[in-house]
Amino acid sequence: MSDKKTLGEMLTERGVSRRTFLKYASYTASILALPPTAATAIAQGIANARRQSVIWLSFQECTGCTESITRAHTPSIEDLIFDFISLDYHHTLMNASGHLAEEARLQAMADNAGEYIVIVDGSVPLKDDGIYSTIAGITNLQMLQETVKDAFAVIAVGSCATFGGIPGAHPNPTGAVPVSEIVTDKPIINISGCPPIPEAMTGTIAYLLSFGSIPELDELGRPKAFYGEAIHDRCYRRPFYERGMFARSFDDEGARQGWCLYEVGCKGPVTYNACATLKWNGGVSFPIQSGHGCLGCSEPNFWDMGGFYKPLSTATGDPLKWAGGAAVAGAAIGAASAVLARTKRNKAIKAGARKPSQEAK
Amino acid sequence: MELLEFARGPVLTFALTVFIGGMMFRIFSLFLMWRTRDSSEGSSRERSSFSAAVREIIRRLWPQAAYKQRTMFDLVNGYVFHLGLAIIVFALAPHILFIKDLTGLSWGALPNNLIYAVSIITLGSLIAALAKRFANPAQKIISTFDDWFSWLVVFLPVLTGVIATSHLGARYETLFALHILSVALLLVWLPFGKLMHFFLVFITRGQTGIQLSHRGAQL
Repeated sequence: MSDKKTLGEMLTERGVSRRTFLKYASYTASILALPPTAATAIAQGIANARRQSVIWLSFQECTGCTESITRAHTPSIEDLIFDFISLDYHHTLMNASGHLAEEARLQAMADNAGEYIVIVDGSVPLKDDGIYSTIAGITNLQMLQETVKDAFAVIAVGSCATFGGIPGAHPNPTGAVPVSEIVTDKPIINISGCPPIPEAMTGTIAYLLSFGSIPELDELGRPKAFYGEAIHDRCYRRPFYERGMFARSFDDEGARQGWCLYEVGCKGPVTYNACATLKWNGGVSFPIQSGHGCLGCSEPNFWDMGGFYKPLSTATGDPLKWAGGAAVAGAAIGAASAVLARTKRNKAIKAGARKPSQEAK
Repeated sequence: MELLEFARGPVLTFALTVFIGGMMFRIFSLFLMWRTRDSSEGSSRERSSFSAAVREIIRRLWPQAAYKQRTMFDLVNGYVFHLGLAIIVFALAPHILFIKDLTGLSWGALPNNLIYAVSIITLGSLIAALAKRFANPAQKIISTFDDWFSWLVVFLPVLTGVIATSHLGARYETLFALHILSVALLLVWLPFGKLMHFFLVFITRGQTGIQLSHRGAQL
């Protein structure tokens, strides 16, 4: 539930020093690509904010997004973010269960109407009236529509909630759709990824708390601070790409030398995310650094982009599936046209209509 | 991303299908066409067909002295963009991967930056060829839709490739998709217009050599 005290007062009570708090504000400003002066604004904004009520809805998902956010790498951030927000409903993290959990959700909605934030992970099944995923006796669709009605904003986290993700991959048996296809009258922030980078989630929440507004988004509704640049453009292996030096398998000399993974299917050139800069696990590494190409998990339909190990410059599917038929048909039509031309000519010769000038050709 | 998926999937499949079907159509219709038997006695200087064909192909790689002055621009410019196109198509790593995926054949690549430089030169050379076609009244009069359109479908893949590499004007995946779409257009047009010379050039020159040799021309 929301608290009457400001977050600044609460943090002071819990012994969080001003220095620690300002460090966090500076860090948040930097990962949001804001100017250094914004750190002060963030510090003031958060200090003066009331605890933000957050309702976290989990639909067709794997809980990987929650796993990710609880592993935000700067040690204090996880604590801070959960101090900043009042997580009134979250299947994995809340103590209550059953009807008590649902009551907590309804209570939070009533107490904070127009002010609470709804975070959604997972896609929403629509096929067969949405029966493929239900919680507390109602479908995900019903719960989403009911919960977002009085929300201030919606944050879709993970590629399932933002773009349909794996549940929405071909052949999409449950008719899974992203949140944006259902919620059309509220601001939606998409934090895509499978899972998203923890700091992309916590940083966005911090921005909302600090400024009370939506950060600048790209055309897919993602904060530009985290999704403004392609992995390829910030990849430390990029020089190898430019030099034409590629790993051709995962165990060849190129792979051992750390050359570019384009040939083994890296989707970095068309994937927008902060993996190459913020990295994972406390800034230790990211998939490409660990020797595997980018899967493109923060992009729509990443599961159906023609195979994780097919180079980006190749055709997807089976581009030559009609080649044999086309070759036979082309040859047949070509032969038929030649035969037709011969027949015409022979007829013309027989009819004595042939002119000498034509013969010379 | 949807445009890129569309381009890499259905569009390329369609383009390759038309290209292969079109190539077979052109080859079969051409080689099964009647050929008027040349009953004349050959010149005493007539060479074997193979020798005459090879000599003519080599001879035509460079103009005769009498034409050199007049055709120097076309000659040099033609070499520049033909070689440029060959380097771009066959020496850029992503292009080699595309070919390898279709045929299983692959070879070494040149550095991307070198290909980029070649692409800029090729673009300039293609624009010069177009300007010449506009500027030369005789050439302009005899130019047909085939000439203009063939130029366009060759120019677009190079242009979109350079723009995509440079990240100019739109997001990379959109530019990349446009590049693939332009290549698809090229593939569809290749067998049916003058660009078919990519396959026929040495065949027709060889045939010309055989005919000329039969008539006693010194090759």
